[in-house]
Amino acid sequence: MIAEELKAAIEEAVPGAVVAVVANGSPSAQHSLLLDSDHAFEVARFLRDDPELRLDFCSNVTGIDWLDTEVSEKVKVAKLVDGVEQTVEETRKTWVLGYLEAVYHLFSMEKKLGPVVLRMRTKDRGEYVHLPSLTPLWRSAEFQEREIFDLYGIVFDGHPDLRRILMWDELTDHPMRKDYVPPADDDAEVMEAVQR
Amino acid sequence: MEQDLNVVKAELGKHGVFTTTFEDLYNWGRKNSVWPLTFGLACCAIEMIATTMARYDLARFGAEIFRPSPRQADLIIVSGTITKKMAPLVVRLYNQMPEPKYVIAMGACAISGGPFRDGYNVLKGIDRYIPVDVHIPGCPPRPEALIHAFMTLQEKIAGQHISGGDRPRHLKAELPSEFDIPEYGEHGLEPASNDEVFPPVQSGPFKVIQ
Repeated sequence: MIAEELKAAIEEAVPGAVVAVVANGSPSAQHSLLLDSDHAFEVARFLRDDPELRLDFCSNVTGIDWLDTEVSEKVKVAKLVDGVEQTVEETRKTWVLGYLEAVYHLFSMEKKLGPVVLRMRTKDRGEYVHLPSLTPLWRSAEFQEREIFDLYGIVFDGHPDLRRILMWDELTDHPMRKDYVPPADDDAEVMEAVQR
Repeated sequence: MEQDLNVVKAELGKHGVFTTTFEDLYNWGRKNSVWPLTFGLACCAIEMIATTMARYDLARFGAEIFRPSPRQADLIIVSGTITKKMAPLVVRLYNQMPEPKYVIAMGACAISGGPFRDGYNVLKGIDRYIPVDVHIPGCPPRPEALIHAFMTLQEKIAGQHISGGDRPRHLKAELPSEFDIPEYGEHGLEPASNDEVFPPVQSGPFKVIQ
């Protein structure tokens, strides 16, 4: 099923759901659906239970870290130059707030469908890192959501057992975030001596 | 003195008289009955297992009995990547072994972190926490390399003196046989290395020649 058709089906079935199609420009053209976190759980339930879709298998969940980025765009502005009004091209720079993203790959064993790719985004990378857990719908997401919680720091509300899975509980960092810096203490002096 | 003794021993040997010292007999027995710990961490462990099997047959060196308990083992072969989560447990296993005990760091990961050195979760060599007797480079080292390391360890054991100032660590009561177990910290292991066995660079193996 094409992403646009899925989007229409979802918006019809789940009132209030906001779905955006994230296009994939590569030859695989594996477009994904960006869900709003308020309705994501209901949308996911629809995708799993709808008799035409029956996406009964969640094969993979992963996280992505998108840093704050500076976007520059060229804007044409009318300006007074030497008393004469002229159109001048200006570069305007704006900061786009970064966010964390969870990506789910769904398949239907029954209908031989898939993959259907879902995305959910947090509000930012600091305080509002909550997303609804889809583990109650697909049990296979349990460990992978724990891994994302561990390495990216997304908090999955509704997860039955949200603990770190790879790193130890005392750790406060999230090592797969792009701005993560490993502790320098255990390497620096040796590497410095080797390079000399 | 020791040289004279060897000359006498060799001379008597020519006439069919076998002489030895208590020290040699003791070390000969020890070096040929080293019992390693059944302990593997990663792919190097597969090579270690291969070494013990019929083709390479570590039993020829008296080390076929891999003990399932550190209380019964003399040797810990650190065979593979030591994650920071695993490192305290490796140190704990070492501490639970009775003296005299030996350590072989097998493979690039165990001696330095290897290809995972720059990662966030891998210890940069087990020599940061426990004293290592033999290092084997390789990724993974072949069984022959492990056998060579084992023979190197046997030579080391054979050369140890049971008395005198140069006697090994386990015969010096004031030297430790257990080492501090690192704790899981907020950013990494604390401490990042044990100064007792892994001295800071200034006094360590990396001397700066001006």
